[in-house]
Amino acid sequence: MTAAPAATGTAIGMSGLTVRFTTRRSQTTALDDVSLDIEPGEFVTIVGPSGCGKSTLLKIVAGLVKPTSGEVSLLERPVRGPQKEIGFVFQKAALLEWRGARANILLQAEMRGMDRARAARRADELIEMTGLTGFEKALPHELSGGMQQRVALCRALLHSPPVLLMDEPFGALDALTREQMNAELHRIWRETGTTVVLVTHSIAEAVFLGTRVVVMSPRPGRIIRTFPVELPAHRDYAQVMSDSRFDRLATDLRGLLGSAAANH
Amino acid sequence: MTENSLDTAGRQAAADKAGGERAAASTPGGAGAPDGLGGPAPSRVVAPPPDRVGRPPRPTLGRRAAAFADSLWRPALVLAVFFAAWWFVAAREYVPNYLVPTPGQVWETMTTQWSELARHTLVTLYETVLGFVLAAALGLVTAVAIAYSRTLDKALYPIVLFAQVIPKIAIAPLLVVWFGLGLTPKIILAVLIAFFPVVISGVAGLRSTDPELLDLAATMGAGPWRTFRKIRFPNALPHLMAGLKVAVTLAVVGAVVGEFVGASEGLGYVLLLANGNLDAPLLFADLILMSAIGIVLFVLVEIAEALLIPWHASRRAGVSLTTS
Ligand SMILES: Nc1ncnc2c1ncn2[C@@H]1O[C@H](COP(=O)(O)OP(=O)(O)OP(=O)(O)O)[C@@H](O)[C@H]1O
Ligand SMILES: [Mg+2]
Repeated sequence: MTAAPAATGTAIGMSGLTVRFTTRRSQTTALDDVSLDIEPGEFVTIVGPSGCGKSTLLKIVAGLVKPTSGEVSLLERPVRGPQKEIGFVFQKAALLEWRGARANILLQAEMRGMDRARAARRADELIEMTGLTGFEKALPHELSGGMQQRVALCRALLHSPPVLLMDEPFGALDALTREQMNAELHRIWRETGTTVVLVTHSIAEAVFLGTRVVVMSPRPGRIIRTFPVELPAHRDYAQVMSDSRFDRLATDLRGLLGSAAANH
Repeated sequence: MTENSLDTAGRQAAADKAGGERAAASTPGGAGAPDGLGGPAPSRVVAPPPDRVGRPPRPTLGRRAAAFADSLWRPALVLAVFFAAWWFVAAREYVPNYLVPTPGQVWETMTTQWSELARHTLVTLYETVLGFVLAAALGLVTAVAIAYSRTLDKALYPIVLFAQVIPKIAIAPLLVVWFGLGLTPKIILAVLIAFFPVVISGVAGLRSTDPELLDLAATMGAGPWRTFRKIRFPNALPHLMAGLKVAVTLAVVGAVVGEFVGASEGLGYVLLLANGNLDAPLLFADLILMSAIGIVLFVLVEIAEALLIPWHASRRAGVSLTTS
């Protein structure tokens, strides 16, 4: 069940990614010459101002958006079309409004033709873990925004993908649930060795979860800097929050993001 | 599963005291029926608080009957007023009796000639239903072709549009020449006239899929058939059902127009006969039967809609269409 990432090489390789969107009215450069290599088992968090191309970057890795120029590889293979060795959590929950929470999670299994009984067991585990018990049959419009995002998270985890791409998965959660979900995600990552790329607007989340924090500039999105996070691999939320290294890194990030926005 | 939903329902009742109590009070037996009629509209009783979770308790037979009666009394009242006005005008002979018969005369015609009328009604009903079903099937296939292929879109849309704008009444005689006086030309006419709304609504529905959902399907490695079955088709259903409702009423028109042009049976044929004989009661009885076909079929499609897309916003409790 657990993913077995290749011990060597890169899980995700991006080199010289540039994306230009041409619409009838204007041309936008969403990403400008972005290069980043991510090793198997890494947890990379991406922070940056709104509209700098973070979602676009994840979609390129998933093969959903074609870069104007540049190369991407996933698990050592070049990305040409949509990739299926991934779990994707979209910025919007993207649930099927006619399916209950559990059925929405099981969509992943149905679309992949996974073994039904095993998928069902796994879905129940995930539902329990994310605190959705009792809401298995609730339709999306009957769930809160945060619960919808948790359903989307379960759906992305159902098939235990070797690579997990998450676009602000906890944006709609309250602070407390968010901390719990962070701790849960941290545990899953530690136990499975999944490679994770997570986009977030929360500096605390970026530092707590990441082994590396990538900071992007305002549009056109470039990588300004990447910070290694020098915290133990096994983290406890309260401990990390009171750690001086956490404080220093968070302050650095805040400063960098602030000055980047000011220069724009 | 049952345990779970009961559990949810219970907690919900606890959370929403007022609503829960009211629901519980009218739950046992059919006690809900008279209650619902006089009391507040059911849609207001179950109006959910913002933090409502899970499913509402399953409506009992009594509650359903109450909801049904609630949705029925307004149209029934309008009909009653209409019949009263008709009776008043006809009985007082404000209009000559050979032009507008009384409801009583129409009723008498209907009962005395019932077996004949029933036979003709069945013929028209058969043409209509067959035409509608064929139109729905053909329309859906065409909609899928148009929604999925740019080439077919460009190739088929003009044909579909042409088939729609050409006056059906004008080609009816041609169809009779080609296919004779049997049922075939009527069915073809019903198909032609009911086809268009199915195609248009089907294409609109299939194209309305959230691109993010299609991206999602792609990351799940799903092929086009699975994506269609699990995502695009269910997503298109609300649009499609709206189109089918229009189509089913148009199918009646198609069948009757076909009978006008050349037939030896069917309500359209009876209408022409009655007209020729200046038999106003028969003419009115015939019109009533035609409308009845349309209404019954429309209601059947509505029921199918309620069963197929209970999740859609237009069908949720609390935003029910009966809320005035
Ligand atoms: N399909 C598209 N067509 C045209 N422009 C697009 C498209 N997708 C994204 N863009 C543009 O590319 C830029 C980057 O968008 P993106 O969604 O990647 O930003 P983001 O960093 O995820 O922002 P946020 O933090 O607000 O989610 C934006 O300026 C956006 O307008
Ligand atoms: Mg985004």
